[in-house]
Amino acid sequence: MEQSQKETSRIGVFICHCGINIGGVVNVPEVVEYAKTLPDVVYAEDNLYTCSSDGLNKIKESIAKYNLNRVIVASCTPRTHEPLFRATCEEAGVNKYLFEMANIREHCSWAHMHEHERATEKAKDIVRMAVAKARLLQPQTEPEIDVTPSALVIGGGISGIIAALCLADQRFKVSLVEKEPELGGMLRNLHKLYPTMQDASEGLEHFIQAVKSNKSIDVFTSTVVKEVKGFIGNFKVTLQKGNSETANLDIGTIVVATGATIFEPVGMYGYGEHENVITQLQLERLLKEGQLKKPEKVVMIQCVGSREEKGRTYCSRVCCMTALKNAMFIRELYPETDVYLLYRDLQTYGQHYEHHHREAQEKGIRFIKYAQEKPPEVVAGKNGKLEVNVYHALLGEQIKIESDLVVLSTPLIQHKDAKELSKMLKVPLGSDGFFFEAHVKLRPIEFATDGIYVCGTAHSPKDTAESVSQAFGVASRAAIPMALKRLRTEAITALVDEDLCSGCRICEAVCEYSAIEMQEKEGKQTSKVLEALCKGCGTCGASCPTGAITMRHFTDNQLVAQVRAAPQVAKEVTKHD
Amino acid sequence: MTEEFEPKIVGFLCNWCSYAGADLAGVSRIQYPPNLRIIRVMCSGRVDPAFILEAFRSGADGVLIAGCHPGDCHYIAGNYKAQRRGILLKKLLEQFGVEPQRLKIEFVSASEGAKFAAVVKEMVETIKKLGPSPLKVQMEGLTYASG
Ligand SMILES: Cc1cc2nc3c(=O)[nH]c(=O)nc-3n(C[C@H](O)[C@H](O)[C@H](O)COP(=O)(O)OP(=O)(O)OC[C@H]3O[C@@H](n4cnc5c(N)ncnc54)[C@H](O)[C@@H]3O)c2cc1C
Ligand code: SF4
Ligand code: SF4
Ligand code: SF4
Ligand code: FES
Repeated sequence: MEQSQKETSRIGVFICHCGINIGGVVNVPEVVEYAKTLPDVVYAEDNLYTCSSDGLNKIKESIAKYNLNRVIVASCTPRTHEPLFRATCEEAGVNKYLFEMANIREHCSWAHMHEHERATEKAKDIVRMAVAKARLLQPQTEPEIDVTPSALVIGGGISGIIAALCLADQRFKVSLVEKEPELGGMLRNLHKLYPTMQDASEGLEHFIQAVKSNKSIDVFTSTVVKEVKGFIGNFKVTLQKGNSETANLDIGTIVVATGATIFEPVGMYGYGEHENVITQLQLERLLKEGQLKKPEKVVMIQCVGSREEKGRTYCSRVCCMTALKNAMFIRELYPETDVYLLYRDLQTYGQHYEHHHREAQEKGIRFIKYAQEKPPEVVAGKNGKLEVNVYHALLGEQIKIESDLVVLSTPLIQHKDAKELSKMLKVPLGSDGFFFEAHVKLRPIEFATDGIYVCGTAHSPKDTAESVSQAFGVASRAAIPMALKRLRTEAITALVDEDLCSGCRICEAVCEYSAIEMQEKEGKQTSKVLEALCKGCGTCGASCPTGAITMRHFTDNQLVAQVRAAPQVAKEVTKHD
Repeated sequence: MTEEFEPKIVGFLCNWCSYAGADLAGVSRIQYPPNLRIIRVMCSGRVDPAFILEAFRSGADGVLIAGCHPGDCHYIAGNYKAQRRGILLKKLLEQFGVEPQRLKIEFVSASEGAKFAAVVKEMVETIKKLGPSPLKVQMEGLTYASG
């Protein structure tokens, strides 16, 4: 079999400089010359940017000119660029499963920036391994599936509400699931929203009414997702309300809009010990309900439990603006009240926010910079007051403030049950606990898992305007498969060779998707793969004692060829071939 | 002869977590030694023990299998199966005279670029101390004898 493939494989290798990203570390021309010496490689060239239209055209031209039937691009990770190159191959008449990618950027030049020679050797090895696999690649056909034109939006805060409305506008059915009894999320607790300072409830109420009166949207409150099965276009979702009631839904795409909660700083700065040490969120409620009694001196402390050395290392993005906003409201309400803002760095980023900073200074708010290694101290003072001691990092002196209200800016953190949801959906959480997108820059609002998307503070701390723009984005991404109605799915599934199968049923036992059935044929028990259910994980293939199972596109032959090619030394191979 | 021994390590990385973690290490420009050769599989459960034996037979000094954290496998439980097989395989390798530390089974998530780099670094150090794989030394002996 190897022999016949040896005659038929005609491989073209395109090695990318990626500007200086690869070319600045790896000696690309040397890798090109090396690639030309590898078996079945009939053509190799380098490109400044293989993914540019120039580069893609070169691939197409070379396929025609050299009659290529296998294509390798040695560049970045297949996790982002494989679809583009596969499409290019298809346009030039080469089945997309005859394309192979060699990752010499993320796995090589970027990780070994100061070791030019060894990175070049590694790049050669990576190309050699790709050639070893490509020689044995087989064309595949992808089964087509129907997409259920119905979306599930998990989380009924402003992000989920906007995403649901926007999907409904496109004539798709939407199920909006909220675990609390009411829609609205975090905004229900807030007083007024920066930068416009309009009532948080004002806009929210309007959208909640729009959702409730929209016939395409089913709202499930006090409800959580209990189980998710299936895959893009054909998810089977079970909802749970209370202990008993459940609903079963057929879903095409899923939006995660579960938001975030705030960190409770128990034990920090006297929180939980003194009644007049509160969080910004509690202050929001007091302001909203008009229940803030006149304080003489208010001290706000920033970065409480955020931007830490370890653990919550991130900036929570909304707290600086929230503190400025609330400091100004207090001054407006009680002009005689002094407000001190103790900060590490003031993150009033972006287009609109710096002028709020200036405005706050004009309104007489006192800014004191403290150093992370010398945080302020809050202790009980006289007459039920609090004594705040802070080292003024810019003046270089210790300051004491007699305060009757201390407000702590604590970061947004992920919900405790996010882990459960992430496991159910098979999508990851980042090290900060927030839902982790497929690619920070190129796929910022979707997961690597097809058909599942994320928006709002479920993804990372952000303000309402930022959450809403992501919600619009998500609604358009999640609509695409549903608008297409039919999708091609991956052809990577298992295949049983009935002649080799001994009927031991191990594969049936290890498959988590019940995708293997035993069948009786000519008096013999053999196993059979139900393709629609098979996800292509390959566990059955690795477990079959007789080698009866072939994993399409990841066959034993292909992987063993890669394994064998891996430990060889590039120079030796050149010599021997 | 005076050149320092640079081990060759073959790594099987699952597409959904560990391969993405290795990508993130690169994107974050975290530097680690260039001794690993990565083979992408959809799930660590795909790694047939035969592949690992083949890697050692072909001259690898170490083999890394990296998959999603327990409970995070994209295909429910492929990582448990990989781990179970790995434990058995270590025993088998020992019988062949291959130190079990040469086979490493790790959990690396898509967000753990730094962990991935640390795993590779540590593994390279461990294997440098062990020296070239005894199987490789034996095989080289064979090549010399026959040619
Ligand atoms: C103190 C404070 C002040 C702020 N001030 C401002 C401001 O002035 N201006 C501004 O623009 N932004 C402000 N923000 C930020 C703003 O609150 C967020 O940007 C916004 O709420 C994000 O909306 P969301 O829908 O993504 O998340 P959320 O509002 O958190 O909504 C998520 C919803 O999902 C539900 N949910 C969670 N888990 C599940 C589950 N497993 N199943 C079902 N449902 C679930 C939750 O119950 C919630 O209803 C402030 C935030 C805080 C904490
Ligand atoms: S936004 Fe929050 S976490 Fe970021 S610097 Fe300001 S207070 Fe600290
Ligand atoms: S594990 Fe292999 S031999 Fe056993 S039933 Fe499945 S296909 Fe047949
Ligand atoms: S590849 Fe995975 S999902 Fe498909 S039949 Fe085998 S074990 Fe089941
Ligand atoms: S998908 Fe990562 S271990 Fe299974």
